[in-house]
Amino acid sequence: MSISKTKSTRMSRRAFLGYTSALSFAAVLGQVHPVQAAEPVKGGHFVLGLKGGESTNSLDPALSASQVPFNILRGWGESLLNVAPDGGLEYRLAESVEATDDGQSWHFTIRSGVKFHNGETMTAQDVLKTMERHSNEDSKSGALGIMRGIESMSVEGSVFTVNLTTASSDLPYLLADYHLVIQPNGGMDDPTAGIGTGPYKITENEPGARHGFEKFADYWDDSRGHYDTYEIIVINDDTARAAALQSGQVNAINIVSPKTAKLFGRAPGISIETTSGRGHYVFVMHVDTPPFDNKDLRLALKYAVNREEMVEKVLNGYGAVGNDTPINDAYPLFDETIPQRQFDLDKAREHYAASGHDGSPIVLRVSDAAFAGALDAAALFQQSAQAAGIPLEIKREPADGYWSEVWNKQPFAASYWGGRAVQDQMYTTAYLSTADWNDTRFKNADFDDLLLQARAELDENKRKDVYGQMGRLLNEEGGLINPMFNQFIDGVSAKVAGWEANPNAEMMDGFIASKTWFE
Amino acid sequence: MSFVVIKLVSQRIALGLLLLLAATVLIFIGTQILPGDVAQSILGQSATPEALANLRRDLGLNEPALNRYFSWLGNALQGDLGTALTNGKDIAESISGRLQNTLFLAACAAVVSIPLAIFLGLLAVRYRNRWPDKMISAITLATISVPEFILGYIVMYFVAVKLQWLPSVAIVRPDMSVFDRFEAVAMPVIVLTFVVLAHMMRMTRAAILNVMESAYIETAELKGLSAFRIIASHAMPNAISPIVNVVMLNLAYLVVGVVVVEVVFVYPGMGQYLVDHVSKRDVPVVQATGLIFAAVYILLNTTADIIAILANPRLRHPK
Repeated sequence: MSISKTKSTRMSRRAFLGYTSALSFAAVLGQVHPVQAAEPVKGGHFVLGLKGGESTNSLDPALSASQVPFNILRGWGESLLNVAPDGGLEYRLAESVEATDDGQSWHFTIRSGVKFHNGETMTAQDVLKTMERHSNEDSKSGALGIMRGIESMSVEGSVFTVNLTTASSDLPYLLADYHLVIQPNGGMDDPTAGIGTGPYKITENEPGARHGFEKFADYWDDSRGHYDTYEIIVINDDTARAAALQSGQVNAINIVSPKTAKLFGRAPGISIETTSGRGHYVFVMHVDTPPFDNKDLRLALKYAVNREEMVEKVLNGYGAVGNDTPINDAYPLFDETIPQRQFDLDKAREHYAASGHDGSPIVLRVSDAAFAGALDAAALFQQSAQAAGIPLEIKREPADGYWSEVWNKQPFAASYWGGRAVQDQMYTTAYLSTADWNDTRFKNADFDDLLLQARAELDENKRKDVYGQMGRLLNEEGGLINPMFNQFIDGVSAKVAGWEANPNAEMMDGFIASKTWFE
Repeated sequence: MSFVVIKLVSQRIALGLLLLLAATVLIFIGTQILPGDVAQSILGQSATPEALANLRRDLGLNEPALNRYFSWLGNALQGDLGTALTNGKDIAESISGRLQNTLFLAACAAVVSIPLAIFLGLLAVRYRNRWPDKMISAITLATISVPEFILGYIVMYFVAVKLQWLPSVAIVRPDMSVFDRFEAVAMPVIVLTFVVLAHMMRMTRAAILNVMESAYIETAELKGLSAFRIIASHAMPNAISPIVNVVMLNLAYLVVGVVVVEVVFVYPGMGQYLVDHVSKRDVPVVQATGLIFAAVYILLNTTADIIAILANPRLRHPK
């Protein structure tokens, strides 16, 4: 077993992947980022108005699923690593990572001297317990799926070791998942205690209404956590959220409606921050269910989508066209040579005729719960399909229960995917034959082989090539109709300095309260 | 005589309790027939079969429904509403804060709107079919016809965004002073007043006009009493029971039906709490809030009945 080591608090993905190379340290040095132009100012009370909170929200990181719990977790908790805005990795509670050559064993050196909010010192043992809690069979964690490939975990001194069943060069990305914040004793005693190592302590917790935080005096990293206190107010109503920002009651809001973003951006003292991410608004077909088991029918539908029009009308231009794969250029190792599928009624007609479909209505199930504007998108789809002679019928479903009763159950439905940090994770989550959320029922042995091959491949160029093959396969054979990638649209008061675009998630990947300050 | 009153009142109260029991059955059945189950709803898109099975077992969803009903009813009678399935918080504790907020908002709105509605009603009778009557009717009917959230947005746009007089977010904090609380709820109170005004005002007007046809009013007029005095102290007492009924209905609405206003103004009351938990299939919370809402409704209506009995001697001797 040969181990080579890289050590830095901040390194790019490219440098990171060079861990087997003797040159890796030099590569790290080449990646020094420019220092922020302005020095952060400390102090003040920051207020966030966020959509996506319910009075049912729990502080248990494992159960976090919507925007407000996500942003709360970013305040009080920390993971081993973060995915940086440029797709690289930032070391947080892990100080360094080493892997064996075969990519099957990973050693994380845990940062020393980091304190929990209850005064205890965070140890590698806490890390182990946290990972155990999220990965054991009884877990209800949203991160359970990504913990699957782990064979065993152990701790020796300050080193936390993960042994995988099959090689994965992306493990650090998986462990950067936002659910995996380190809790004292892994949260085994009280998962909802809200005690972590983050820059802010949680002081008030009224789910669905407001959450209060104050700066944690013993926080280890001076470059984060500039406000004295901050609070999150849950404002689910779009108009009320916008009014709160306009009237100065909150300093930033998430999910500005694309329909009003342009007008809203003209209001004084407010800037609209748009960030291209990996989220995509899609229609999913079950490739194992008639009539969608017919490749020609799937292609007919794919050609019948007017992607440009959808981006223009549904997203009001705040987005980009998709290419029937879940991957876009926000992912590392994206193959830009895959030809973009164009809106082509002739081809749609051709494939529809070749499919031999009996002309019975093809039912598409839709609700605005899938994504904002899903009904409009479906209506546009229906019109363009009609022009190609495809009898698409829209069935409107209730928003309540959409994710449990319609999505992943009905053979053709609207859906939304937030994307994942790396291609491997996205494909493993929803396109591998054995994936939990294979919402297109895509089971393709060649595709699975390629995925495993890419996972074990340490040469970047070769991996990129393999991902390119997978993208082409999915684009041609898959059940995913991906007309568009949306953007995160956040509204920020002009008083707030230090904003940086982060494609990983809204609100600077949830770090707005940690990384910004008042001018 | 007083024995009759006590008997009638206690009958009313007993009937109310019986009704409440019937409501618990309905609430329980209602929560059972919701599609989907709580485990699925909690985990949402990120549900894996293992996680689902684990959660279902932990939540005790495998027990028979009848057992769950009786154990729930028994606990509720002892004041134990259980813990929320979704976030593990004690329901009684979570509700008490929210219920206080709701009652505070309802009380503020009631204190403004009820006297205003009755006064406007009296005024409308005094100037019936003349311009003050028509104007009062036109304005109040207009405000009741506009959906609450639009009224909310209009008030918010002018008062909070343009003039910046009042906060658009009616968030209340435990450490707030009473004055700050009044300021926080001012905008929702304005909107709620607009919403409930017309109903009470129109009922007051109609009930009093009905009485105004009576012979004794003519007598009062012939005695030379002033028009307003006749309306307020001779006609009004005989019109009290329909007015009280409508006032109670509106009070009940202010407690249980203001979810839209709560959402628009981000007010942490009971309505939003209930809606969130319904959408997550958090059955114990839905049952608990349902129970409280039913109790409030029944209590207010029973109160209206009792006031009507006390105010109207004829009701004391039912045939």
